Amino acid sequence: MDFLRPPTWQDALAAKAQRPGARPVQGGTDVMVEINFGVDRPDALLDLSGIPALAEWDRADGRLRVGAGVPYARLITELGGRLPGLAQASRTVGSPQIRNRGTVGGNLGAASPAGDAHPPLLAGDAVIEAESAARGVRMIPVIEFFTGVKKNALRPDELIRAFWTAPASGPQYFSKIGTRNAMVIAVCSFALALHPGERRVGTGIGSAAPTPRRATEAETFLSRELDWDGRRPLGDAAVRRFGELVRDAASPIDDVRGTGGYRRHALAVMARRTLTWAWDDHRAEAPGRRAS
Amino acid sequence: MRVNVTVNGSAEAVDDVWEGESLLCLLRERMGLPGSKNACEQGECGSCTVYLDGVPVCACLVAAGQAEGREVVTVEGLAAGSPGEERLDPVQRAFVAAGAVQCGFCTPGLIVQSHDLLTRNPAPADAEIREALAGNLCRCTGYEKILDAVRLAAKRKATT
Ligand SMILES: Cc1cc2nc3c(=O)[nH]c(=O)nc-3n(C[C@H](O)[C@H](O)[C@H](O)COP(=O)(O)OP(=O)(O)OC[C@H]3O[C@@H](n4cnc5c(N)ncnc54)[C@H](O)[C@@H]3O)c2cc1C
Ligand code: FES
Ligand code: FES
Repeated sequence: MDFLRPPTWQDALAAKAQRPGARPVQGGTDVMVEINFGVDRPDALLDLSGIPALAEWDRADGRLRVGAGVPYARLITELGGRLPGLAQASRTVGSPQIRNRGTVGGNLGAASPAGDAHPPLLAGDAVIEAESAARGVRMIPVIEFFTGVKKNALRPDELIRAFWTAPASGPQYFSKIGTRNAMVIAVCSFALALHPGERRVGTGIGSAAPTPRRATEAETFLSRELDWDGRRPLGDAAVRRFGELVRDAASPIDDVRGTGGYRRHALAVMARRTLTWAWDDHRAEAPGRRAS
Repeated sequence: MRVNVTVNGSAEAVDDVWEGESLLCLLRERMGLPGSKNACEQGECGSCTVYLDGVPVCACLVAAGQAEGREVVTVEGLAAGSPGEERLDPVQRAFVAAGAVQCGFCTPGLIVQSHDLLTRNPAPADAEIREALAGNLCRCTGYEKILDAVRLAAKRKATT
């Protein structure tokens, strides 16, 4: 095995072009488990943790561009106000030690259906900035990024540079089912984002289908149903219907963490709860206060 | 490969490191620092917790090569000077005083993690202690004495 330590992003892209089999490693919280247990023996490790630019974030065109190597712990403290849904999800990842190392870039690289960053990225219409030495930057909407169980849209010579997403323009919530409050892979999870400016709702379902996915029909239904300007209370029937549509968007399996039936039930509950929280926030808030 | 890393304040060049090995393996097997424990090798137990550039991490999940040019502090490095209880860090002493140690396997990781908590938050509420230690498993104590130890260390630090 070789250990490659590119000092810059350009060097990393060149290394990946030359050695497509090299395994990128950022926080190592997925990669090192596989190496420690002999599940994976790549012919090279491509260490991205020495590239300072990957661990930075900035604002561009009114959106946030967050480097693939920003660990969850920093995402929570530095971006929690602007990306509350993703920050809530980040707080549920592993333990403090895992959050100090693990990154959204690594979560996207692993592309697990249970990855906790994925539902809020879906709900927030994130775009993944991938790059290769040969073809330059490719912007991949997150909805197109997950292509199968632990599979993503990256080509062998591509690396993830960053993800782009708008700062929250309305309430955002993330909810996750697990046996403990820490250190659990989601039995299933759900993210909701209200986009009042566009009168639109975003959703993301985790761990209840071969890939993370949106509940598109539920989004369309709720976007029409909500009284965006009058901010009238939501009727029980609409809340229930939203829960059912989210539930029906999932296609979960039975596994060691839970049955498909339980996951479907739990998704409906999480959808109703997060909607109630988010709509209460929206109603409580003076119009325009969140505009940013 | 060779890895250049500062461990507990001393700059080291370690040779013959396997490219896929962990920082934990480097510390324990190549540098003779067995304080950080190897229990699960999958980030679940926290017994391998060390500081990497001042941030607590599971050493079992850091590739040794990722520590190149960085600073590591292990539980050994918290007790400065020659051995003896008076040299121990207040957190270490509180673990002894509170009886927070039984078999001791989880202790080094808990001490580094508690040390970090009290550095960032000198007077943590119980919920904050629990949250900070959520990634450190102990099979012996039932955690109550560990919470006592962290509270004691916080109290002692506040009065010194
Ligand atoms: C104890 C423990 C608990 C965990 N709990 C959770 C949890 O609650 N929720 C959750 O979602 N995950 C959890 N995980 C999994 C893991 O922490 C996350 O997936 C994390 O986001 C991975 O980030 P990383 O930087 O450590 O990735 P790495 O391990 O460095 O990489 C992960 C994958 O992404 C690839 N990769 C990394 N960076 C790039 C890049 N820039 N471009 C292209 N590919 C890249 C790697 O090749 C690899 O395939 C847990 C892991 C452990 C060990
Ligand atoms: S040995 Fe590293 S967390 Fe268990
Ligand atoms: S004292 Fe034995 S594992 Fe904690």
